[in-house]
Amino acid sequence: MSSTASRIIETMERPPAPARQWTGQRIAGHVFMGFWVLAALGLATFLAGAWDSELFARYAPNYVSGLIVTIQLVLISILLGALLSAPIAYARTSRNKFLAWPAYAYVYFFRGTPLLAQTFLIYYGLGSFRPQLEALGLWTFFREAWYCAVLAFTLNTAAYQAEILRGAVQSVPRGQWEGAASLGLHRFQTLQKIILPQALIVALRPYGNEIILMIKGSAIVAIITVYDLMGETRRAYSRTFDFQTYIWAAVIYLAIVETLRNIIDWIERRITRHLKR
Amino acid sequence: MRISSRVSLALSAAALALTIGAAQAQEKLRIGTEGAYPPFNNLTADGQLVGFDIDIANALCEEMKVECEFVTQDWDGIIPALQANRFDAIIASMSITDERKKQVDFTNKYYNTPPAIVAPKDTDIAGVSAEDLAGKTIGVQGSTTHSNYSEATYTDSDVKLYPTADEYKLDLINGRIDAANDDVTVLEEWLATEDGACCKIVGTITPVEEIHGPGAGIAIRQGEDELRERFNAAIDAIRANGKYKEINDKYFSFDAYGS
Repeated sequence: MSSTASRIIETMERPPAPARQWTGQRIAGHVFMGFWVLAALGLATFLAGAWDSELFARYAPNYVSGLIVTIQLVLISILLGALLSAPIAYARTSRNKFLAWPAYAYVYFFRGTPLLAQTFLIYYGLGSFRPQLEALGLWTFFREAWYCAVLAFTLNTAAYQAEILRGAVQSVPRGQWEGAASLGLHRFQTLQKIILPQALIVALRPYGNEIILMIKGSAIVAIITVYDLMGETRRAYSRTFDFQTYIWAAVIYLAIVETLRNIIDWIERRITRHLKR
Repeated sequence: MRISSRVSLALSAAALALTIGAAQAQEKLRIGTEGAYPPFNNLTADGQLVGFDIDIANALCEEMKVECEFVTQDWDGIIPALQANRFDAIIASMSITDERKKQVDFTNKYYNTPPAIVAPKDTDIAGVSAEDLAGKTIGVQGSTTHSNYSEATYTDSDVKLYPTADEYKLDLINGRIDAANDDVTVLEEWLATEDGACCKIVGTITPVEEIHGPGAGIAIRQGEDELRERFNAAIDAIRANGKYKEINDKYFSFDAYGS
């Protein structure tokens, strides 16, 4: 088989790769990389030098409990937000004005105002309507800062996730819908088996970004007395006035985001295998 | 035309130089405060700083013959901001504690009032001991001597930390918390307002020296002994010349300086 091919097409050596030049860009790249490596080394030496086992013993358990609060809060909100985002994205693309407009207004409000303000309004704002909430039997829910935080974060992320989902579904060419229709597939089947698998490839990166933004955004939750990683950091700082409390928090946040980035990379490699050439 | 414009330029430059010279003659001191702690320091609706701390600061500056300029700063970051030279002194009802002394120097106290527990009027809390408050939810401003005390003392209660006094007051009104811990004068000031009508003082807490310290002092950067001594002298002077009493009586029915 190969001999037939080589008779028709003359065998050729691949041309040698051109020697890489030391361009200004490449030098600048190395300089910047060196700078970052030095900064990281400097930070590591500082943390090693400032190591205080008494401080660690006293505040490490607080950091762990704060970290658990942060992760729980983001995980629950992202999952509930994902559930909520599907009907919102559907309503947003609907031709029915009575569905499309409320969905648009919802997304407009939650993307257009700060998460801090939303959290504050839900906890302290609704808290001032206690008699009305009690009449509706909702006070047991709104009484707890934790539930208020989950609610605020869920509503916020649902708006963003709905837009991610809508954009991804609309990015799939119309021909895919038409092709499925010509095969006699039901609309829901088309969505489930043809459109969503393609849309989710587009949506994966924005979803990853949204989770990362939520992790960092969750640092405001201490204003409603839920002590997350950032809240515990502030508390430790207020007792010690030692800046390494903040550096440790930054390192932990960085570690979470880096782990997440690797997971998303891994998922992307798996779901785009058929696109590799 | 050209000549006259040159003359006017020269004149305005001279005027500017004179103004700068005059400003330099009067030494300027930047005072950091929180602006969310009535009746000690508070921002009015139109953005004016008012309160006991502010009046005392102005009296001290007058006594020290310096011009004072106020800078508002969130409580959490007030000590780092002093160290970063954003201002020269903190006059914000800051209690003199050993933890803070490792970071800043303090003048002598300029007032000392006891902490207290406040609760809704229909409360079943009978006293201020750990047993009285066991199982209750207590609100307190974070990063304060009161939060340190509450977390150390009320170990059988749920202590919730708020960013400023305003927020625990909101939660006390709507009943999310059963009680709050703060300075008695702060609480009394609030009880006298419409919002504070919900609640009453359950009792005052005997200050613990290791936690509450000797009272509220003025914090300055470490090593600035000259400034500290000038503040101390000014505090003694306004105590002696009746200025302190005048300000005190504007806010309190008792001597806030303490024994």
